Amino acid sequence: MRRIISILMENEPGALSRVVGLFSQRGYNIETLTVAPTEDSTLSRLTLTTIGDDRTIERITKHLNKLIEVVKLVDLTEGAHIERELMLIKVKATGAQRAEVKRTVDIFRGQIVDVTSSVYTVQLAGASDKLDAFIGAIGETQVLEVVRSGVSGIARGEKVLSI
Amino acid sequence: MEKLSGAEMVVRSLQEEGVEYLFGYPGGAVLHIYDAIFQQDKVKHILVRHEQAATHAADGYARATGKPGVVLVTSGPGATNAVTGIATAYMDSIPMIVISGQVRSDWIGDDAFQETDMVGICRPIVKHSFMVRDPAQIPEMMRKAFYLATTGRPGPVLIDIPKDKTAPHVKVPFEYPKKVKMRSYTPVTRGHAGQIRKALEELLKAKRPVIYAGGGVISGEASDLLTRLVRKLGYPVTNTLMGLGCYPATDKQFVGMLGMHGTYEANMAMHNADLIMAVGARFDDRATNDAGKYCPGATIVHIDVDPATISKNVRADVPIVGPVQQVLDDMLNMLDEHGGQPDQKALARWWEEIDGWRQVHGLRYETNDDGPMKPQQVVQALYKATNGDAYVTSDVGQHQMFAAQFYHFDKPRRWINSGGLGTMGFGLPAAMGVQFAFPDATVACVTGEGSIQMNIQELSTCLQYGLPVKIININNQALGMVRQWQDMQYGGRHSQSYMDSLPDFVKLAEAYGHVGIRVDKFEDLAPAMEKAFSLKDRLVFMDIYVDPSEHVYPMQIADGAMRDMWLSKTERT
Ligand SMILES: Cc1cc2nc3c(=O)[nH]c(=O)nc-3n(C[C@H](O)[C@H](O)[C@H](O)COP(=O)(O)OP(=O)(O)OC[C@H]3O[C@@H](n4cnc5c(N)ncnc54)[C@H](O)[C@@H]3O)c2cc1C
Ligand SMILES: Cc1ncc(C[n+]2csc(CCOP(=O)(O)OP(=O)(O)O)c2C)c(N)n1
Ligand SMILES: [Mg+2]
Repeated sequence: MRRIISILMENEPGALSRVVGLFSQRGYNIETLTVAPTEDSTLSRLTLTTIGDDRTIERITKHLNKLIEVVKLVDLTEGAHIERELMLIKVKATGAQRAEVKRTVDIFRGQIVDVTSSVYTVQLAGASDKLDAFIGAIGETQVLEVVRSGVSGIARGEKVLSI
Repeated sequence: MEKLSGAEMVVRSLQEEGVEYLFGYPGGAVLHIYDAIFQQDKVKHILVRHEQAATHAADGYARATGKPGVVLVTSGPGATNAVTGIATAYMDSIPMIVISGQVRSDWIGDDAFQETDMVGICRPIVKHSFMVRDPAQIPEMMRKAFYLATTGRPGPVLIDIPKDKTAPHVKVPFEYPKKVKMRSYTPVTRGHAGQIRKALEELLKAKRPVIYAGGGVISGEASDLLTRLVRKLGYPVTNTLMGLGCYPATDKQFVGMLGMHGTYEANMAMHNADLIMAVGARFDDRATNDAGKYCPGATIVHIDVDPATISKNVRADVPIVGPVQQVLDDMLNMLDEHGGQPDQKALARWWEEIDGWRQVHGLRYETNDDGPMKPQQVVQALYKATNGDAYVTSDVGQHQMFAAQFYHFDKPRRWINSGGLGTMGFGLPAAMGVQFAFPDATVACVTGEGSIQMNIQELSTCLQYGLPVKIININNQALGMVRQWQDMQYGGRHSQSYMDSLPDFVKLAEAYGHVGIRVDKFEDLAPAMEKAFSLKDRLVFMDIYVDPSEHVYPMQIADGAMRDMWLSKTERT
């Protein structure tokens, strides 16, 4: 099963490499990874998605918790949560396609953020499967370049991940 | 406030931590630190002959005393030479501080002379690591390193220090922190009372219980508590290779080591148990055989301070995360209050069964009347000559298993070997560390002619510091453990497991200024041992020729259950 694990860790050099290293060392996969400092500049928030059965995920979270720089950790997929990923995508937009692409962007509630005579650059945010669906709708042959931020997530309701 | 250079702060921090010995080897990147060492005499520096030996010596010191071992090496090759020793300590959860020099910080990343990314190389084999970015960080980092290495599940911690951060002319205020607090590190200090109660109920309900105790009981200083609990319950107890000595081996409730080369009775008791209580043991594959076929009828209680070991290899029915000492203490108190009693009738039947298994193999081996002596006989002679009260370090191979089987350790911290990594070359430097810790104690290193050659240069260190270690070289002229596997699984094709061109170890020992004794015949063994151990202030290298074809038994059959064993070259369960 796909899981979103969200980590608060010390904003220190080397901390990220320990998290990433743990995954390769123990043979786990990272599907996506995003990291940035939080409002408290001593802490970073790292979100990663991985795929595994319950036993594997239990091991991953236990080993992550053992890393000295990891302060707190939550598996967002265990409860109601919101997930978002940002995508910037360049698509071919010539002739009749221009209107077609525009319409698709509107349906997906994206924005065209840059334009040339033959290319639209589109910005789209949402759950990962929505971004996948957009690429599907545009058609892979029309896609020139894709940049995805990786998943960020947050729990629904009053639950917060803080120290 | 007092102002010190980074180098002086390193040394002062070691003093503040009460460090007696620093095992190391100098080089460019740590010369400032060596100069600071020269100007004090509280921390004694021990000059080894290879950085790997520095780590093993510090490790041996730590295992024998329970205090952290401390190592100092230079950047590049000095640091990479230490890697095997760091990994050895990591696998066996041994507290160790390794200080490595690094090139000047403005050269880092430029492939400078003797630059290696030591923090990167060591990432998977340390509990934590630090890189000093400002000399002012040194006291706090040192304090944190000792704190991390010695609390929770112990382990090695690395501090990498670029040379410019130790420069003598850069002085900063020094104050050694009394306490450290790390919001991101809070080792568990108490096991859950409800879980302990549940475990106790399971224990008292059991009809075929086994206590399976490991290295955590030794590092957690809980041998006495374990012994009290086991005696009170009257249950059988087995030890892992790392746990030997945590329960007196000569006690009648001890059924021997379990696992790949465990006793028949220990492995049979495990397989047939209805309750297994693992105490500070981590269900390593050498101790479980195939985890899928593991002890089918057993409820499993697992006490460990590291939550990540719980249900890692074998699912625990009653997990208890906490330090063994506190958990066992609470359990004993609850047992007193509870007033519950084990099922004595069932227990008597269980012991009857176990005593039956004890008759089956009993670590028997065949002796030759005229042929070469057996390696087992050597360990038995050692046990006798030292009254079972020596510190015994070992290398890795058949000799290690024979030592584990035939030297009966009654006290913790007496058996010092590399279990998790299985590092050949560990024995002699580890023995040095033990002898430094206990100058008057009898320290024997049981080794093989393969292993001893991996750190033999340390004979020179032993001479320099007058370490009277007794080396028991069980010389089977072969990489015996490898050869055993080749006999059993590769049709006897001895690919590269033969030790050709062995040196004359007696002459070699003499060349290093020590005493060498060669033994070929069994009748000479006991007198030679006696002589060796009577030379209290000399290192004696005993080169003892034994039967090259001997195997270690029992041996569990790969991919089988606990009860599946070879009992000799021809008999199996
Ligand atoms: C050639 C060879 C053959 C071997 N054959 C065997 C064999 O037949 N049988 C065998 O058992 N081993 C054998 N081993 C050793 C094996 O590889 C493992 O090293 C060993 O089984 C691990 O022992 P352990 O479970 O006691 O764990 P250790 O490695 O000693 O770990 C200790 C455990 O206790 C925990 N702990 C530490 N401190 C505390 C505390 N204060 N409170 C609570 N928990 C704590 C730790 O988290 C850890 O899980 C062999 C090794 C070699 C090299
Ligand atoms: C550094 C290292 N290299 C290789 C091995 C694999 N190995 C395990 S036991 C063994 C043979 C050891 O030979 P020896 O020291 O003579 O002991 P014996 O088994 O003959 O008693 C080898 C090569 C190891 N454990 N460590
Ligand atoms: Mg040998």
